[in-house]
Amino acid sequence: MRIALFVTCLADTLFPEAAKATVRLLERLGHEVVFPEDQTCCGQMHVNTGYPDEALRLVRRHVRVFAPYDVVVAPSGSCVGSVRHQHATVARRAGDERLASRAEEVGARTHELSELLVDVLGLTDVGAYFPHRVTYHPTCHSLRMIRVGDKPLRLLRAVRGLELVELPQAEQCCGFGGTFAVKNADTSTAMLADKMRNVLATRADVCTAGDASCLMHIGGGLSRLRAGVRTVHLAEILASTEADARGAGRDAAGVAR
Amino acid sequence: MSSRDLILGRLRSALGEPRPAPVEVPRDYRPAGAVAADVDLFVDRLTDYRATVHRCATPDVARVVDDVLGGRQVVVPAGLPRHWLPDSVDVLPDDDLPTGRVAAVDGVVTAAAVAVAETGTIVLDGGPDQGRRVITLLPDVHVCVLRADQVVATVPDALARVDPHRPLTWISGPSATSDIELNRVEGVHGPRHLHVVITA
Amino acid sequence: MTAPGRPAGATGDGTTFLGMPATAPPGVGHLRGDEPFPAAARRALGDAQLRRNLRHATTTIRDKSGAVIGEVPDWQELRAAGRAIKTDTMARLPELLEQLAAAVTAAGGTVHWAADAVEANRIVADLVRATGADRVMKVKSMATQEIGLNEALEAAGIEPVETDLAELIVQLGRDKPSHILVPAIHRNRAEIREIFLREMPGVDPGLTDEPAALAAAARRHLRETFLSTRVAVSGANFAVAETGTVAVVESEGNGRMCLTLPETLITVMGIEKVIPTWRDLEVFLQLLPRASTGERMNPYTSMWTGVTPGDGPQQVHLVLLDNGRSAVLADEVGRQALHCIRCSACLNVCPVYERTGGHAYGSVYPGPIGAVLSPQLTGVADNASLPYASSLCGACYDACPVMIDIPSILVHLRAEAPHPRAEAATMAAAAYTMDHPALYAAAQRGARLARLAGPRGRGLPPPLSGWTASRDLPAPPPQTFREWWVER
Repeated sequence: MRIALFVTCLADTLFPEAAKATVRLLERLGHEVVFPEDQTCCGQMHVNTGYPDEALRLVRRHVRVFAPYDVVVAPSGSCVGSVRHQHATVARRAGDERLASRAEEVGARTHELSELLVDVLGLTDVGAYFPHRVTYHPTCHSLRMIRVGDKPLRLLRAVRGLELVELPQAEQCCGFGGTFAVKNADTSTAMLADKMRNVLATRADVCTAGDASCLMHIGGGLSRLRAGVRTVHLAEILASTEADARGAGRDAAGVAR
Repeated sequence: MSSRDLILGRLRSALGEPRPAPVEVPRDYRPAGAVAADVDLFVDRLTDYRATVHRCATPDVARVVDDVLGGRQVVVPAGLPRHWLPDSVDVLPDDDLPTGRVAAVDGVVTAAAVAVAETGTIVLDGGPDQGRRVITLLPDVHVCVLRADQVVATVPDALARVDPHRPLTWISGPSATSDIELNRVEGVHGPRHLHVVITA
Repeated sequence: MTAPGRPAGATGDGTTFLGMPATAPPGVGHLRGDEPFPAAARRALGDAQLRRNLRHATTTIRDKSGAVIGEVPDWQELRAAGRAIKTDTMARLPELLEQLAAAVTAAGGTVHWAADAVEANRIVADLVRATGADRVMKVKSMATQEIGLNEALEAAGIEPVETDLAELIVQLGRDKPSHILVPAIHRNRAEIREIFLREMPGVDPGLTDEPAALAAAARRHLRETFLSTRVAVSGANFAVAETGTVAVVESEGNGRMCLTLPETLITVMGIEKVIPTWRDLEVFLQLLPRASTGERMNPYTSMWTGVTPGDGPQQVHLVLLDNGRSAVLADEVGRQALHCIRCSACLNVCPVYERTGGHAYGSVYPGPIGAVLSPQLTGVADNASLPYASSLCGACYDACPVMIDIPSILVHLRAEAPHPRAEAATMAAAAYTMDHPALYAAAQRGARLARLAGPRGRGLPPPLSGWTASRDLPAPPPQTFREWWVER
């Protein structure tokens, strides 16, 4: 299958390993990955901060860039949520009904990674190997906006060597919320503190999720605490193989073994 | 311009023209008549909310009232079947009694209009055997007598049976509050003891 | 096309004329806070006792509510019906209000129309004065808190007595409500005992902090008030246009006391509380208790239609309150905030509310619903920080028994809110850059310069220091994804 990668600006700029892992994983599964290079950002930050007029040009760009592809994947529930649920709204607000309906078409063809693997490709075992104790944070937009349900957990349960431990109060927000983390830094930090307490209670080595943004938040807090727990994107775990593990004592996700 | 016209004018301009499209209400939930009433469930729900349930044959109602209120003064609505009342209670029929008089009695015995099994609710509609609202409010013990065939399954069933033009009181267990740390505590301003007598 | 948030025909320059939707006036009532949410939240977050009380209470109610909702096989169908009934109601609001007013009048009640808080307060005070009473007893009502009725009555020489236990705790403690359902949710049993010992005349000095003992103390304290007060003021949970029936849902029996014992009953209801038909109650009477107190049914629900000769108040008034609701209705996206049945489920599941409590929101309507309702009632500029008081986690939407899409309204209102000039410039520049891939790639390379800000970004200036106060920034990677893609 020919699959267009919607990398997301955050993964592109700050977390390229998640995006590279997505490419490696899909190629390993026998698919062709293309990267439309004119893509930049879906505009979610603009929309959620109150700048839909500024976001319009980004929505238009996104729709134009991805319209030619039948299947689009992103390693982010949040950005997929924005494409699927916000783009048409932004277009309609600007009175551009044609853009809105094109945005809806692109949105319907855009999948978060676990959705693509489970729903489109029909896989739960992707042949991954990741010998670590892992806990999964479901991230709000994956959970409640695009409703990936237990797809990520089904994928994780099939990873060899992986010990999955349940995260207490998993469905509570980590406190990121885009610019919320800065505009309401104190409240965001209080939410993060509880999330970190729950992560640490699992005694996992790795906290994973389907969104680099939430992982950046949780990871930033854990790093400040020097807690010794790594945050690793779901794609990196699913891309890891025993061959990776044999090299250099580090797996594909860079976690020392 | 009156405030009435002002407000209605504001609302009409807020909705604009053309008006929002009419909405069809999907009523895919269980409507009245969809579920059979389950008296055992009713008993379970009442008990869960700290009401005391008595099940007896019709002729035995007076014995149950005697057990609960024997030797005490009881206000009753004018149309209450007198054979429900034992000789042991001091019966005060409500004949437009002053509020202070009603507040001074120990208990009240009434019938009910309908009851809801799923929620453990009895509904009073001010009928002759239920009386004015005040008499079931001020006494500390309320004994409510109803026939098993007055128990319906669900809230829609009950609403379909009562008359909106009568004053209605829906009662689900004794007076309670959740205002302290969101825990339910029974016994605030209404009757602190609710006895429901279900006759076959 | 018409800009969202502004009805067709509005002048758009801030002037209004008769018949145009109007926001709630300033200077009266409790819809506006004294400070922005982040500042108020910061203070609340520092109160460890408050945090413990809130965590305990919201956890308790979430568990209870979840259990009784789980018992209902058709919960989602009821939610969908509730949403549709409310959508239909808003589309026909003027006609339904006229129908309601006619039905209430036909049943012997008197209907009053209040364009705003000032008029509603004046109507109620005049009605009380006409009875000759100098004291009224009140059933907990959000509408009367919203309009500041107690203060207005006091100014008119009339003493308002709150009879709901939590409202009594707030009134005796000279405090402010912090939750829609449980206004004293921020107080634990020990604090409540302290307030009762200090403020309740004749209270038993041996009062314990057992909830049952505290409830009994309130029972004794209010008994004489119930028996001797001739006028009561209530709100309304529902008013049925078809029949003129008004319903009040409560627990303690204080509502029944106020609705039954006095000679005069004055009910103040927001105009959005009308529902079209008697049958519609079958939906809301199932949704509200389970979503609200987590009960299958609340202990008491009272319904009355005008005056019943010989039973209950013989003077029955209904005050229909606009106070900004017409302005909410004018916003096609935001109007669904008027669907709210005041259950407070969204507060109980909100991670922000759980940590800050209700006072931080400034308005009597706190939590997620408050963050969308208050700014619309007052105009967004007067509550500009509230649409941002959410991480957009979406828990409120899932919990709402009438499926109000609160996250979408929050995002919509953020677009209406006044923006800081520097932020607006940055956002515009970012959008421009991101619409030009070459500039964007250059900016990505520039992001690596963030390293200059010191290890883990700790030297960044505001507002980014808001992040780095408690969180490290990721180290920028040596290569962006698109650089890697080109090289591979």
